[in-house]
This record gives sequence, C-alpha cells and structure tokens, in this order.
Amino acid sequence: MAKHDVRYFAHEGLSNMFSHGFMSFAAIGITVACLLIMGTFTLVAVNANELLRDLEQDNEILAYVDDSYTEAEAKALQKKLEAIPNVASATYISKEEAMEAFTAQYPDEALFQDLDPEILRDRYAIKITNLEQIRQTKEAVEGVAGIARVNAYEEIAGGFITVRNVATVVCVALIVILFVVSVFIISNTIKLTTFDRREEIAIMRMVGATNGFIRWPFVYEGFLFGFLGALVAFLLQWALYEAVAKGVAANDALQLIHVIPFSQLWGPVAAVFAGAGIVIGVGGSLSAIRKFLQV
Amino acid sequence: MIRLKDVEMEYDNGTRAIQGITLTIEDGEFVFLVGPSGSGKSTIIKLLTGEVEPCAGRIMINGFSVSNISEKQIPLMRRTLGIIFQDFRLIEKKTVYDNLAFVMRAVGASPKEIRKRIPYVLELVGLEKKAGSYPTELSGGEQQRVAIARALVNNPDTIIADEPTGNLDPERSLELMSLLVKINQLGTTVVVVTHEKDLVDRFGKRVVTIDSGHVVNDSVGGYVGGHIHG
Repeated sequence: MAKHDVRYFAHEGLSNMFSHGFMSFAAIGITVACLLIMGTFTLVAVNANELLRDLEQDNEILAYVDDSYTEAEAKALQKKLEAIPNVASATYISKEEAMEAFTAQYPDEALFQDLDPEILRDRYAIKITNLEQIRQTKEAVEGVAGIARVNAYEEIAGGFITVRNVATVVCVALIVILFVVSVFIISNTIKLTTFDRREEIAIMRMVGATNGFIRWPFVYEGFLFGFLGALVAFLLQWALYEAVAKGVAANDALQLIHVIPFSQLWGPVAAVFAGAGIVIGVGGSLSAIRKFLQV
Repeated sequence: MIRLKDVEMEYDNGTRAIQGITLTIEDGEFVFLVGPSGSGKSTIIKLLTGEVEPCAGRIMINGFSVSNISEKQIPLMRRTLGIIFQDFRLIEKKTVYDNLAFVMRAVGASPKEIRKRIPYVLELVGLEKKAGSYPTELSGGEQQRVAIARALVNNPDTIIADEPTGNLDPERSLELMSLLVKINQLGTTVVVVTHEKDLVDRFGKRVVTIDSGHVVNDSVGGYVGGHIHG
C-alpha cells in the first residue's frame, strides 16, 4: 500500500467520522457502554477471585502430633511434611503456642484462662498449594508416622472452588455475550453510515476500485470508534472503580474485603479495553461493509 | 475492443433480456445503441460493466474475457471503462474537483498525478472555473459534463454513456453529444445508449438497434427501422 493511500484512508476515516456526527457519537457511546459493563463485571470477578485466593490461603490443614513424641521428635516431622506434594509450608506450633492463641481468642472468658497446655497437642499448620487436591494431601499427611490426627475442612475448600468456578463461568459467559452484542450494535451503526454512502461505494466500484480500497476507510473509521470508545470507557472505569473502592473502604469497618488498588490493574485494563474496543470497532465495520461489496 | 458472441442473458425471474446477440465494436468507434424500453439495452450495459454475467456466449472487453472473469480482475476491467449515467450520480457533498479526485484515488493515482490530470480534464469539458463548486450549485448540463469528466479522468479505453441526455434540454443534449464526439476524436471508443432519434440522426454515426433482446439493425448514418420509445 502506497504512503499516500494510507494518508488518504486515515483522512477519509476521520472525516467520515466527523461528517456523521450523531452516528459516530452513537457508535462510540455504545462501545463505551459495552466496554464499561464488560470491564465492571471483569473487575468484580478479578476482585472476587483475589478474595477467594486470600481465603484459600487462610484455609489450612491442622496435623496433630502423637502425644508420645518429644518436642525434638515433633519438630523433626517438618521436613517429612514439607516433602509431601501440594504442601506449600508446614509451621510447627507447640502446645504452649496453641494455648496462647486459644486464650487470646477469648480474653474475657475466665474459664479459658490458666488452662494447662498439656491438654493440647503439638501441631503443624499446613498450607497447601492447590485446594482441589486437599483430600489427597490430607491422606498423605495422615500417612506420616507421628501424626495422630488431621483436621482438614474439605467442605469449605469445596465451597470455595465451586464459588470460584461459577464466578468464572458467569463472567466469561457475560463477556462473550456482551462482546457479540457490541459487535452487532457497532456493525449496525456503521451499516447506517455505510448506507448513507452506498452511492459513493457504488461509484468507486464502477470506476474499478478494489474491495480493499473501499474497505480501508471504513476500517479506519471502525478503528477510531473502537479506540475512542476504549479511551472514554477506560477513564470512566477508573473513576467508577475508585468511587466503588472508596465506598467499600468506608463501609467495611472490619476490612474483610480487600479491593485491589486500580494502580495495580490499570495496565491490563487499558490493554484489554484498547484491544477489545479496536476488535469491536474494526469487526463491526468489516461486517457492515461486507454487504456493500458483493455487487 | 468490445466483442459479444452469441450472448444470452436471462434474469432470475425468467425474463430473457438478451437472446443470442453478436456484436463487435472496434477501438476508436462511436456507436449509438438504440431500442425501445425493455429491449435489452440496459442489460447490455450491465453485461459490459460486469454487473451481471451472461448465461451463454462470450464477452470480451478491452482484453478481458467478461464471461469467465475472476473477482480480482473485475476492478481491472472496469478501469478500462468510463461510465456516464442518466442521473449523473455525483457525490453532492464533494466539490467538482473532489468528485474527480475521488475516482482517481480509487484506482491508486498519486496526489501529483491527480493535481496534473484534473485541470486538463475539466478544461476539456469546459468546467475549469467550476472546480470548487458543489454539484448542487451547477445546472443539469454542467452536472452531466462533470460526470463526463469523471468518466474520462482515469483515461479509459471506452466510454459507455447510459441515456446521458435523458435529463437535459435539447440544446444541452446537443452540446453534450458534441463533447462525446470530441472525446471520441481524441481516440476513446464511445458507446451511447439513447432513445433520442433526432440526436442519433444528426451525428451520422454507427447505430445498433436492439429489440426484444436481438440486434435488429446495425448501420451507419442514422436510425433505420421501427419506433424508438422512451
């Protein structure tokens, strides 16, 4: 493609966008709305996933050491436990430490104070890498000589996994649906501007313009729709995210919900918005022009 | 050169528009294609521009075999033709200059070529002072001259004019036809589809008469045969 052609296509794309002011505004507005909805769902899913990951990490297996083991023997089990596949870490907790933690939970309960640590067992708090394999890991820990009993909250782990899987499927489904809807709406919007220029296209075809030549200005126009839509959507998403994050922080006194700062997300959000916006714009444009290139 | 050999064309609705036409138009010729409404004139134009494909027979246009032309070759074939329509088909939001520049760009001309060619073509059609005007600011005759300039601007081998005087008064029609003759004298083949008997007779050129999808007369000097209806 010659340099003057590229300049011409870019100029035509830009001037077409301005000459169909209202339709261009509508196309960009629809791109913004779709990206904003997709972005909001995605960011909610990302935050939910992060929250679940935090909860997953807090979910640990407790392995109680046999009473007959001395402290030295009990501590020696750490290496064996950490050698088990899927075990991320095994932290030794002595009876005394366990009792301190227990009494600290109930500072106002006189009954629980001054208890003898001997009523408890030495134990290991085991964190695992993959929650889905908690059952196998529990069995492997039970198989270690010196481990008397293992507590693993398999049902809670299963619940986490289900919530995460459902959230992922719902999110992906929504993104796919909104993406298809966006392409369809953009395509129809550009089809209206194309319809307005069908005479121009017919003349171009009649004088021997190739389909590629006719298509390029529309591709540029679609690109501009998508890019501008992505830019506006990004700025709005940023403002919305910050507002929601502030709202959550203000209402979540216990700080149970940790919202990921936008500064950690803006890069991927900008890239995905730009990519999706351009794909929606160019895809919609190509789909709109196809019909007019068939004669 | 344009050559149609035993060409037949039937539309999807069963209308047999062309029934075995054989016709040759040599390079540099000026030919009037005449005939009553529904005789098949417009179908011949559509066949020549590649808008429809013949059901049978062969069509050669300026070195391209239209009968089995590939998608990619159609634009190249069309670049050898300049088409003029009865309703001008100018783009109203573009100036005269831009209407011409737009079709030159469409076939890949550089800005330098465009700047050089357009003033020459506008001068040829007598519109050098109207380059900055919009079509709606021009008279019917002037608009049709812009359409001729547009057909000429890519320097085609053949000009095909479909009822070019249909929207013009007799004086402007004569003026326009004289312009087409002048273009023909410069070496371009000209095919004019018309139903204006007086004009056809006045120029003494080759006249091919079509009726019911057949060539019923092919002679030089004026219309011979039955009536030509609008």
